[in-house]
Amino acid sequence: MERTSAIVTALRSRNFVIGGALSLIFVFLALLSFIWTPYDVTTLDIAHKLQRPNLSHWFGTDHFGRDIFSMIMVGARTSIAVALLAVGMGMGLGIPLGLAAAASQGRWLDEFIMRGNDLIFAFPSLVIAILITAVFGASAVNAIVAIGIFNIPVFARVTRGAALSLWSREFILAARVAGKNTARISLEHILPNVANLLIVQGTIQFSLGILAEAGLSYVGLGAQPPTPSWGRMLADAQTMVSFAPHLALIPGMAIILTVLGLNLMGDGLRDLLDPRIRNARS
Amino acid sequence: MSNFKTKLAVASVAALISGLGVANAANSDLTLAMQLEPPHLDPTSAAAGAIDSVVYSNIFEGLTRFMADGSVVPGLAASWNISGDGLTYTFSLQDGVKFHDGTGMDASDVAFSLDRARAEESTNAQKALFAGIADVAVVDPLTVKITLSEPNGSFLFNLAWGDAVIVAPESIKNIKTNPVGTGAFTFVDWVQGDKIEIARNPDYWGEPAKLESATFKFISDPTAAFAAVMAEDVDAFAGFPAPENLPQFAADPRFQVIVGSTEGETILSTNNKMPPLDNVKVRQAIAHAIDRQAIIDGAMFGLGTPIGTHFAPHNPAYVDLTGNSNYDPAKAKALLAEAGFADGFTTTLKLPPPSYARRGGEIIAAQLRAVGIKTEISNLEWAQWLEQVFRGKDFGLTIVSHTEPMDIGIYARPEYYFQYDNPDFQALMKTLNATTDAGERTKLLQKAQTIISEDYVNGYLFELAYPTVANAKIVGLWENAPTQANDLTAVYWKD
Amino acid sequence: MLRYTLKRALSLIISLAVASLVIFFVIEVAPGDPASYMLGINAQPDTIAALRTELGLDVSKTQRYLNWVGGMLHGDFGTSYTYRTPISEMVADRMWVSLPLAAFALVLSTVIAFPAGIYAASRRGKAGDVVLMGATQLGVAIPNFWFAMMMVLIFAINLRWFSAGGFPGWDEGFWLGIKSLTLPAISLALPQAAILARVMRSSLLDMLGEDFMRSARAKGLSRRQALWRHALRNALIPVLTIIGLQFSFLLAGGIIIEQVFFLPGLGRLVFQSISQRDLIVVESVVMLLVFSVIVVNFAVDLAYAAVDPRLRSRS
Repeated sequence: MERTSAIVTALRSRNFVIGGALSLIFVFLALLSFIWTPYDVTTLDIAHKLQRPNLSHWFGTDHFGRDIFSMIMVGARTSIAVALLAVGMGMGLGIPLGLAAAASQGRWLDEFIMRGNDLIFAFPSLVIAILITAVFGASAVNAIVAIGIFNIPVFARVTRGAALSLWSREFILAARVAGKNTARISLEHILPNVANLLIVQGTIQFSLGILAEAGLSYVGLGAQPPTPSWGRMLADAQTMVSFAPHLALIPGMAIILTVLGLNLMGDGLRDLLDPRIRNARS
Repeated sequence: MSNFKTKLAVASVAALISGLGVANAANSDLTLAMQLEPPHLDPTSAAAGAIDSVVYSNIFEGLTRFMADGSVVPGLAASWNISGDGLTYTFSLQDGVKFHDGTGMDASDVAFSLDRARAEESTNAQKALFAGIADVAVVDPLTVKITLSEPNGSFLFNLAWGDAVIVAPESIKNIKTNPVGTGAFTFVDWVQGDKIEIARNPDYWGEPAKLESATFKFISDPTAAFAAVMAEDVDAFAGFPAPENLPQFAADPRFQVIVGSTEGETILSTNNKMPPLDNVKVRQAIAHAIDRQAIIDGAMFGLGTPIGTHFAPHNPAYVDLTGNSNYDPAKAKALLAEAGFADGFTTTLKLPPPSYARRGGEIIAAQLRAVGIKTEISNLEWAQWLEQVFRGKDFGLTIVSHTEPMDIGIYARPEYYFQYDNPDFQALMKTLNATTDAGERTKLLQKAQTIISEDYVNGYLFELAYPTVANAKIVGLWENAPTQANDLTAVYWKD
Repeated sequence: MLRYTLKRALSLIISLAVASLVIFFVIEVAPGDPASYMLGINAQPDTIAALRTELGLDVSKTQRYLNWVGGMLHGDFGTSYTYRTPISEMVADRMWVSLPLAAFALVLSTVIAFPAGIYAASRRGKAGDVVLMGATQLGVAIPNFWFAMMMVLIFAINLRWFSAGGFPGWDEGFWLGIKSLTLPAISLALPQAAILARVMRSSLLDMLGEDFMRSARAKGLSRRQALWRHALRNALIPVLTIIGLQFSFLLAGGIIIEQVFFLPGLGRLVFQSISQRDLIVVESVVMLLVFSVIVVNFAVDLAYAAVDPRLRSRS
């Protein structure tokens, strides 16, 4: 009963519906690319290069004669995978750190974790990404690490902030009286209560991750060829925009629509999941 | 009335003169863009071609010098005598040459410059050029005698390099930021990250420069390069980085596009010691799997001349050996099967930053995949490439353009990064170095080209072209790039 | 307050020390050698060794770290390997491009975001709000380098209103400098403006829900009057915090934009130095950026603590 009503509320949120639909389109394209693309993205056909969008190549072809629609499909896969894993890394390390910091509020562990967070925040992210690839070489994995590192303090902070206010609540005191230790309380009582907030933050970080991946592969630090990626498509296109603008417009639109979709979905989710705002609205 | 007429005449003459003056002022300055900024301005202590691109012949001069067609002519040396055994070179220097700081240039400066380049603590990037010098002696202020330890047929050629220019001893301390040479231009200012300005040297010993001043502007990004030329922010762009934009410039009457040749043999360098690439059949298979024209069209938008060996096609001694490695995927597959790799194999393909390598690499990877050879592509920065590929020899294949002139001798160095070790070839190079007769040298060079082509040492792709985009009114820019230089001494604006 | 300040100062010093260690050793493990980069592929090993000695690269890493930190404590950031000029001079030159660019972008984004945020908040839920917030969603989603590419194509190549890039230097005239920073500043400002407008709107709306606003309304002020007189001032605190964060982001985050517009700024210096393995420049510039952020954070914390005593007692 409650679940149905949640879905109904969800569908009533315009942001959530539009954003969700946009995101789903790209997720679908990415998944479909595993089994089918109109053309093989690793086969070059230089005789048919730089074609405008037409019936056989819906989005035209690039400077090597590759089908841009197929590249967008596979590129979606790259973007989504990198961003998802980077957010996963941020959550996997950031949430436990945040929980631990909140549990030891004000003591040295908290101070240590929060100062460490500040330190990571103080580093210029793009410079660090460039350095990581200078040390370990450019690859999708290193792009994930570079983006993921900067997700850790974000999740640690959000988790700590939300968890702090819960620690003074009565049901936590009750759990303490019942003899549960800090770690168990964090896992069984705190985490479920901050989950909504983390999901919302996760959506936002996911969309930022897509942008970051595009930026990194634009400067040549992301997935390596022949794996297509949207950022590298833009980089390849940049000297050709003056005579083949579709080479830059199409991957640019793909990035914008995906990020837009995720942001709208995140907004919708926040409206639905964050009780503070829901209360404020009603 | 007559007074009025006179006034009018005077006024119009004045207008004419001032008009000319304006035209001259506007047209005696040139902004030339190039892609790379030099790290500093001492051509004798770094390999960066960007240094020569600014200072060669403009600020610094050597005993001999390259002309635009690649020939070597007298520079600061007016003439020379070579002894019968080819061991002693006696140079007579130009009279009245002054450094930009006002001091005179004489034989002691020449001795200083050459001794500095070959000294033990020298940081000259091309120290090997001077390895054969046994002694540099000052005979009189205008005569220098250089003794070699063994005859060297290319000694005058070596002295024309930017790394062999004559510098003033008292200027060495600040040479990296304030170069003092003998050239037709003097250094004015350097805004790091942006531009270098030079001005005409009024005391030049030879024919003075036609331009009053010139600015070198550094634009590394190809899109920015295109935009800067299109918006006429720069008057010319030497070595334009994006060949795909050239047709647009050619179609625009405001611009001229000059496509010249370079000394850059672009090759698929192969690690001759790494299995299975140590097998000549495998290397031959790779050679036949590659479609050069597709690479030239796809990566360079048609710019570049196919080569079949490591030699510049515009050199009179060049032999066309592209037939040895014609595009024949079926033959490539057969050769692989013969070598025991019917199912193909996997190797690495490490690509440095230039677009010929990055784009060419993607095309070659696709072509090799078609015959069953899988490549793992990794894009490297130059520093990583030098470390891993060049010094570490940790690579299967790589693409690089060897831009040094007449560098076939690198095949005689078994420790060189592609590790080709053929005693016959090494002996041939020894003979070549000791030979001074031009006809005999040509024969030896042709034999050398054939040996490396038939050994399929590397995949020979194309000779790099050198595109310059310039305002249609500019005359006198170098068409070709026999060495990395933007010699502006003869450049002017036509009306 | 004194105890709190001392405690924060101690953690500031520890943070800086850790940062310097991390920066130095992460950067030093990068494969590649500045000497062999500079001398190229024909260099002989003895030449490379001679240059390494000349550059002071032949001493141990620990020794170089100590020299570097010791130098910085005296305000000496070292000398660039490739350019052979003092790093402080290079950084100062580049700052004259990067700082004005960041400031320009910040002013632009504020000028766009403030009215947009206030308007949207005052028209909450109505068409104007929906359209503006839709636009900000789009602004956040557009990659700034892509936007920069498009602007160069339209305004520099096709319309020729602006030059495509480069920076003539402030000596050539103030307005010429501003003109050449306009397109880059817009590219940087757009996403920032979108974020700022959203923050502005939501923090105004938060204020509208507060008690003192209710009482203001009860006193007979209209919604709009209440918004202008009371909410705006209070809503500015989170907005100013965001602006502070954005400034340090803009300073270092302009790398790609500086590349697209070939501006001789700080970001491009770092990018170029990494590829040339001019490690001492990278280390010093990154340290400088980290230092500025940490010190600004420190100052902000102290300011907050001075205003709000609860913060002091809490930690």
